Amino acid sequence: MTLEAKELNTERLLLNFGPSHPATHGTLRIIMELDGERITGATPEIGFLHSGFEKIGEHLDYNQFVTITDRMNYVSPMCNNVAFTLAAEKLLDIEVPKRAAYIRVLMCELSRIADHLLCLGMQAVDIGAFTVFLYGFRMREKIYDLFEMACGSRLTTSYTRAGGLMRDLPDEFVERAGTLLGEIPGALHEIDGLLSHNRIWVDRTHDVGVISFDQAISYGLSGPVARASGVDYDIRTREPYSSYQDFDFDVIIGKSGDVYDRYMVRLYEMWESLKICRQVLEKLPGGPVNIDADSRFVLPPRDEIFDSIEGLIYHFEVTMENRGLVPPVGEAYVPTESPNGELGYFIVSDGNREPYRVRTRTPSLINYSVFPEIMPGAPISDAVAVLSSLNIIAGELDR
Amino acid sequence: MKSRQSGNQMLPTDQLTEYFQNKFGDDFLEVTEFRGITTIHVKGGQILKVMRTLKTDPRFAFNFLSDITAIDHLTKGGNARFSVVYHLLNQHEVRRVVVHAWVEEENCALDSVYSLWKTADWQEREVYDLFGIVFNQHPNLRRIMNPDDFQYFPLRKDYPLHGRGERGKFPVVPRHVGSKWSAEKSFE
Repeated sequence: MTLEAKELNTERLLLNFGPSHPATHGTLRIIMELDGERITGATPEIGFLHSGFEKIGEHLDYNQFVTITDRMNYVSPMCNNVAFTLAAEKLLDIEVPKRAAYIRVLMCELSRIADHLLCLGMQAVDIGAFTVFLYGFRMREKIYDLFEMACGSRLTTSYTRAGGLMRDLPDEFVERAGTLLGEIPGALHEIDGLLSHNRIWVDRTHDVGVISFDQAISYGLSGPVARASGVDYDIRTREPYSSYQDFDFDVIIGKSGDVYDRYMVRLYEMWESLKICRQVLEKLPGGPVNIDADSRFVLPPRDEIFDSIEGLIYHFEVTMENRGLVPPVGEAYVPTESPNGELGYFIVSDGNREPYRVRTRTPSLINYSVFPEIMPGAPISDAVAVLSSLNIIAGELDR
Repeated sequence: MKSRQSGNQMLPTDQLTEYFQNKFGDDFLEVTEFRGITTIHVKGGQILKVMRTLKTDPRFAFNFLSDITAIDHLTKGGNARFSVVYHLLNQHEVRRVVVHAWVEEENCALDSVYSLWKTADWQEREVYDLFGIVFNQHPNLRRIMNPDDFQYFPLRKDYPLHGRGERGKFPVVPRHVGSKWSAEKSFE
């Protein structure tokens, strides 16, 4: 028996990652080309969750579409509600009372904490640390309890209305929120202690998935992903909306643009959000949360509808099909800083009850587009770390 | 860093109009302002030049392309059937501008701005997928949301909300053949 040396066939391996994979957290599919362990090309395929939300928006009025925005970024629905309502209010030329604006800021910042807790927890699970996820989720549950208290639902909040809010905060809300703000730092310290100096965590995240400053600008990245690459831009401070100018907080900027910096930016942003939440609770003014009912943009209080003819007329004016909130012909766009980045609704009106076009500028879609650029050359295990650090939410990605 | 803010001031409308009129002549349409948002309307043919001017001219210096989308003006009316909408941001001076590039239905194509901002890759693919507007010199103009063999452009105004029966034609794999769960009814 003789042994012959045969030449081995070497070729690139195509690996199908997703659309149903525990690390994709949604329906993402990536076709990866591998040379051994190294990724030589990554092509994301998206659209598995495409639901035609923008088309539906052309058939719903300005308050009905708020319920659709909940379903886009289902991790921080409050931010979506606020972003859409701000654009609708710009179109209708409404300025909401200070109390409503402050409550919106509070809800946005609580959402940001919940979103970042989920993101960091999932990132840790993907890389192999399960405990962080549980610590994060415990606090996230309590934040969702607060949402439930305010608007009756935990995930599909639909809390905002053009002209104000669905309803005012219940009496014990401020006290409960204050208690929770005292508990969250404990969870943040726990996450910090578990991960920040953890040898395995640092090895898996340091210098992984580096996005340079120029790449971040060219790819239109925003939010924590861009700030981790050194882009000093936070819409809350640069283009303040909904009274963000009244609060004092810092913008967290990273330097190297790797997964570790993105983790750090998110972690420290939660401390800043806590600061804002405390200031809101301190300064929260009294008064109504809606503009006057005689503007015919908001529903009057319930007892007025039943007890007075004016109340009934205003109610009628808002809800009847041939009436309602009718903005002039025009377009409006309000950029907001959602937990993932710049979120804005571009609404075009042709002078009807329903918008003519509703475009959602979602951070997930635009942040994800950098993925094929940064992956080549990295080992396959980094794909999961990078993917979770970009925090792609499939509902928002595909709409 | 302390909280900073800047007034969202924009160049005066008349100066903008004059500048674009001189530079692009017939391809420039108008500058409009609504609720503090300045919008520049141009014809689709010169869009790459317009965007390069807005990016590189130090008077504008819009370094960040925030969003690309399109509007179908079929029932609303406008300069043409479609307008492709670009949202630009100058991150240093904090100001925004919207550019509408108008394209006709017969020849709905315009130049890609991928050479200026790489974010145009996916966003122009989305506009192509949903509106059927073609971007010349785009590196990879494929559908992004809908399947590759999808025939329509769903965000056009003449495409109905409930679709054109695609759901009924979708191949259904029956589970538990012969049981009460088997998919005998087709969805319309």
